Amino acid sequence: MFGWEFPPHNSGGLGVACKGLVEGLTAGGVEVAFVLPYRMDTGGVLKNVRFADPHTQLTGSSAALYNPYLSLAAFKLLSLKADPGAMSGHSLVDKVLWYAERAEAIAQTEAHDVVHAHDWLTYPAGLRASAVSGKPFVAHVHATEFDRTGNGLPNATVYAIEKAGFEAADQVVAVSEFTKRSIVERYGIPAGKVSVVHNGTEPPPAPGKLPDFIKFLRLQGKKIILFVGRLTLQKGPDYFLRTAKRVIAERPDAHFVVAGSGDMDDQLRHLATELGIADHLTFAGFLRGSELSAVYQAADAYAMPSVSEPFGLTALEALSFGVPAVISRQSGVSEVTRHCFKSDFWDVDDMASKILAVLKYPALKKSLAQEAPKEAARSHWHEAARKCRAIYEKLISL
Amino acid sequence: MPSVCLYFQVHQPFRVKKYSYFNIGHDHQYFNGEGADSLNNRRIFEKVAGKCYLPANRTLLDMLERHPAFRASFSFSGVFLEQAEHYAPAVLESFRDLVRTGRVEVLGETYHHSLSFLGSRDEFARQVAMQGEKVRRLFGVKPKVFRNTELIYSNEVAQLAERLGFRGILAEGADHILGWRSPNFVYRPVGTKKIGLLLKNYRLSDDIAFRFSSRAWAEWPLSADKFASWVNQVNGNGTNVNLFMDYETFGEHQWADTGIFEFMRHLPEQVLKHPDNDFATPSELLARHRPVAELDVPHFVSWADVERDLSAWRGNPLQDDAFAAVYRLEKPVQESGDAVLMDDWRKLQTSDHFYYMCTKWFADGDVHAYFNPYESPYEAFTSYMNAVEDLRLRLETKGGEHV
Repeated sequence: MFGWEFPPHNSGGLGVACKGLVEGLTAGGVEVAFVLPYRMDTGGVLKNVRFADPHTQLTGSSAALYNPYLSLAAFKLLSLKADPGAMSGHSLVDKVLWYAERAEAIAQTEAHDVVHAHDWLTYPAGLRASAVSGKPFVAHVHATEFDRTGNGLPNATVYAIEKAGFEAADQVVAVSEFTKRSIVERYGIPAGKVSVVHNGTEPPPAPGKLPDFIKFLRLQGKKIILFVGRLTLQKGPDYFLRTAKRVIAERPDAHFVVAGSGDMDDQLRHLATELGIADHLTFAGFLRGSELSAVYQAADAYAMPSVSEPFGLTALEALSFGVPAVISRQSGVSEVTRHCFKSDFWDVDDMASKILAVLKYPALKKSLAQEAPKEAARSHWHEAARKCRAIYEKLISL
Repeated sequence: MPSVCLYFQVHQPFRVKKYSYFNIGHDHQYFNGEGADSLNNRRIFEKVAGKCYLPANRTLLDMLERHPAFRASFSFSGVFLEQAEHYAPAVLESFRDLVRTGRVEVLGETYHHSLSFLGSRDEFARQVAMQGEKVRRLFGVKPKVFRNTELIYSNEVAQLAERLGFRGILAEGADHILGWRSPNFVYRPVGTKKIGLLLKNYRLSDDIAFRFSSRAWAEWPLSADKFASWVNQVNGNGTNVNLFMDYETFGEHQWADTGIFEFMRHLPEQVLKHPDNDFATPSELLARHRPVAELDVPHFVSWADVERDLSAWRGNPLQDDAFAAVYRLEKPVQESGDAVLMDDWRKLQTSDHFYYMCTKWFADGDVHAYFNPYESPYEAFTSYMNAVEDLRLRLETKGGEHV
């Protein structure tokens, strides 16, 4: 199985999903050799891990260059700032192709029945491995180039790599019906070749210490509305701010917290000033672990206005804490959740009216706090792993 | 004996449209949903009229014409009759044709198909009177037998119905209230003198209402003669077989292509083949049979779901807050003396609003998902509460004081 990142050195859901899936598969008796492009700490989770480049260990700003969510344009911008000595080659595509070359040797020395690869960064590696061993190839899709660019302009090279991966794959696995539609409609892949395996979730860590700024807001009697995610077009943080403006006009006690960082950071700060809501907004930066859990627990509402969200694990995290959630319909997670509100990401009024209802009618929070955690707990990685295993077995038997 | 007693419930709520927080204070039309969605009351009424009311009424009229011994009864909510008057006068006319035969009884209920018995007994009595008046005006008959919303029943409901002048009342023949007793007799509610209690034979009723088209059911396909043979089995140990169901069973819950209309058309001749069988209206049953025993039902029972209790409309935080919010307005609404505010307030009492807020979705709750016109119970609650909030503001504006 070819991955690109792994917790704790992940920048988002891809690493978390790979970890959940590998653990689920291993628990179900499937032996997984997990391949990563470079040496990193994998938290002792993987029984069998191979590094394509066992010598390079990436840290700091150079690690950011490997962020699987970067669009190629953002990568080029970042790489200008990066320390040139830490890596060879300046293009992400070069890295991807280099990974594929290394995959050949790994495939020759590691016995396997199926090759499974996660997202475009690993498809060339997976395809090369499959070509060497003659074993079936599964292309797992956590996000497409259309998601990463917020339905803007996809990079032609990345699109070509994705399309080639889907076409050559014996089976494509999409994390949602939403993503499957995109693969079928935008990449021309026959629907019958694409299976949907919804992500699972692990119970989030127990809430730890609440950050001081949240304590302070609560002391002031503020209502806290939370956004968790990278600050990129795909996640719709600008819609979160526009929603905030509508809510604050009705409820001056509402305070909006943005937990995350990303390429839109500066732009969003400007937007907050322009909308005149800067006093009602806190950019909390990237939160994780028990601190993030504490923030979820302290929130009065959670909003996920993603423009194009293949899955959306943080929504399940919010539900597991019983936080009333307003979730974009343009997301995979909305296919597996019922105990929440759903809105179209562009419908700022609709999102705002739902947040206002949550703040006004306490029964909503009470009811969702009862029902949502039960629903989140039903999304197990074991179920996702079981479906993947069934796909492997079918491919092997062909 | 036994007599087959058919009662069909005919009701459509005024569903609250998607009413946003931002509508509060500006938009006082809560029930005029106009989109292609399931909250467009006119559209739904017209659809059900075409699939159920009109064809089912034609079938029933034909049965009445062919079989002088055939009987049936209906209970119409006032909000149904109001919609029929506005959206589909032909539907109303076809029901009047049935009642004109003199062999179709019309029952009494709350005008607004409400849970007012649980919220305000005064309001309950007013709504029962309103429905009686509407029925008298449209059909020229006076309801003598009562059925409460969703067959919600207890000793107290029967006692109040008796005080309001009814001579009979209907209830679910739930196992936990009957114990070893049979639903196929007339009973006397505890604490009453004259009123008779008729209980739904839920096995035979649900064979038609729920199982008729189920291919997983061992008895599928159900023919009229097979069903009549089950009725015959009651012979000797019961005076009546009460088949109570929603009228939408015909053509809406069970589509026409399941053969449900043909089944009904043939039911009279199959039942009447046995010389001891006949059909009776609830009033005829009560005139013929004295209660065999007293039945004590201290706790509420209903005909909903497997629980047969109030949990479809009451009990979760959404339902309880919404219920409290609407009945909190009773006094200011009455004091306002404003007919429009009163009408809106009453339409917000219809039980369906609370049913749509039900969250027990994952067992028998699938029924709720099927019938829920909202995306979720949370959406249902939000539109409802926003409308109630707007009504509260209107009352405040009118009364000039804080409500």
